Amino acid sequence: MDWGAIFGNAAVELISPTTAAYALAALGLAVHFGYTGLLNFGQAGFMALGAYGYAISILTFGFPVWGAFLVGVGASVVFALILGIPTLRLRADYLAIVTIAAAEIVRLLFTTNTFASVTGSANGLSGYKNEFAALNPLADGTYGFGPFTNNAYDTWLRIVAWSIVIIAALLVWQIMRSPWGRVIKGIREDEDAVRALGKNVYAYKMQSLIFGGVLGTIAGMIFALPRAVVPSNYQTTLTFFIYAILLLGGAATVLGPIIGSMIFWVLLSFFSGFIARAVEAGWLPFMTGIQGGQLSFILVGAAIMAIVIFRPQGIFGNKKELAFVR
Amino acid sequence: MSANAVPLDSAAPLEPPVPTKKPVKTTGLHIGAAEPGCAKVDPILVVDNVRRTFGGLTAVDVAHVEVPRGAITALIGPNGAGKTTLFNLLTGFDKPDDGKWTFDGRSLAGVPAYRVARMGQIRTFQLTKALGLLTVMDNMLLGAKGQTGENMFRALMPFLWRNEEEENRAKALDLLTRFKLDTKKDDYAASLSGGQRKLLEMARALMSDPTLVMLDEPMAGVNPALTQSLLDHILNLKAQGMSVLFVEHDMHMVRHIADWVIVMAEGKVVAEGDPHEVMQNPAVIDAYLGSHHDEDIGEDPAAETEHVSAIKELLDDER
Repeated sequence: MDWGAIFGNAAVELISPTTAAYALAALGLAVHFGYTGLLNFGQAGFMALGAYGYAISILTFGFPVWGAFLVGVGASVVFALILGIPTLRLRADYLAIVTIAAAEIVRLLFTTNTFASVTGSANGLSGYKNEFAALNPLADGTYGFGPFTNNAYDTWLRIVAWSIVIIAALLVWQIMRSPWGRVIKGIREDEDAVRALGKNVYAYKMQSLIFGGVLGTIAGMIFALPRAVVPSNYQTTLTFFIYAILLLGGAATVLGPIIGSMIFWVLLSFFSGFIARAVEAGWLPFMTGIQGGQLSFILVGAAIMAIVIFRPQGIFGNKKELAFVR
Repeated sequence: MSANAVPLDSAAPLEPPVPTKKPVKTTGLHIGAAEPGCAKVDPILVVDNVRRTFGGLTAVDVAHVEVPRGAITALIGPNGAGKTTLFNLLTGFDKPDDGKWTFDGRSLAGVPAYRVARMGQIRTFQLTKALGLLTVMDNMLLGAKGQTGENMFRALMPFLWRNEEEENRAKALDLLTRFKLDTKKDDYAASLSGGQRKLLEMARALMSDPTLVMLDEPMAGVNPALTQSLLDHILNLKAQGMSVLFVEHDMHMVRHIADWVIVMAEGKVVAEGDPHEVMQNPAVIDAYLGSHHDEDIGEDPAAETEHVSAIKELLDDER
């Protein structure tokens, strides 16, 4: 049993760009669900728009990095408006139904063969990384220490990804302690009361949907940079992983989604590394390697269930808030 | 809570709640006879032909009614008379089938609820809507109008709204002190008692300096000790130049603090007038007791409903 490799691989996930992407997407969901009370089950759709918006802009239209970034953000603003205009006047559950369906529509549109020349259909897109790599100010070589040793590109990607996460976290923190955030939290409690105090609830909900959606979209771009853009990555399960991270860390918190994402990925990597090696070593004779891969998700699920049962406010949530929840 | 509690002698019958000082009644509010839809000297709210149906049921069908400015007007009527529905219509929380109404001379038909509130017509709810997971202070600050920091982009630049926030905070603290909630300012609103929530809701409404305060059953579910202070607060609103329209079932309270009473039954305004005279109006007695109330159908104490006893009590009072 190579414990060093298991822990090393788990530690790598602590600052991997994927962890940053999930953290940022969960932060967007914290704005939606934790602070505003909007049940957005389509965060995967926002991420897909970011990833495809970025990749298509570069591959098909030859845009620079900042142009591709703006295309992705613009696409998600339009997506949020399309989702929000018909549903935000209705009860919260309608938004849940519409977002889950809309995210699937987005994914299937990217999967269909009709647009294969642009979207690459089920095979997805790759080869859009050179533009981002060209911006790298770091010289060639390796950076970091121990399990966190990376080449220049991967280090550059981590720096950018986590810088974005930190900036986004500061933005969310600042905006939620402002009068704007107060209105948003009031809407989560009772929109009619806020309406009776002269606040345009519909506009606030729309702003929140766009803000959280844009965070999800940027997360989609970060998610796409270390890998290829493949439509099957943006299934509903992605949204549920992000919800799991959010509840793990604490729904109406800023640090919760970030630390939650780190814990989620370190645990997932640890369990899958451990089980794969345990199967190899013959500790689990009833199991194949593929089954082992599934088992790691089961164990992560059980770990998250335990946290939600024994610490329902999440790691950073305020216990006092829950005392009044029926 | 303890500040408001008065020692209650359990053996003594509960006295009906009375404001601590004798209310000053405003008179001479109307022009002509005090009949349903009569004109007021200075109306703040004028309602014309507002109708709302739910399927086959006509919940509200008000031909004409005017609410006087600078006075306390009570809207009474038996259960199902359409009082709360009319409230919802007038404040933009519900849309009528047709009809128009003006507030301060401006038409409110089709105006969304939040704009109605910004114009200075603030309401509270029958089921109190304190925002439980916000602190009492945050609840209050939410009530302030026209805050710079409530714009999404300006919210990111605290130097733009910090001074305004401090002013609002001072004003909120002042109001909370008046409502005896200042010691609770950092607690979650969910931890307040039912009566304190009513007080908070009223104080929060005052943060926006309204011209017309609409209270939907301000006394429902409030213990008698707190009722007195609520009554005083409502009288204070008038003293500060605000107009008040409130829905209430407690007849004693209506008689003590209202300057004018509008009686609704089955969606229509059936009577208007001075609180002491309106109770004698046959239409009001019919509305509460039914038009055959004087026919002897035998003694049946079980048939004596809450309204019947309330009206009997009042008629006794008047003698």
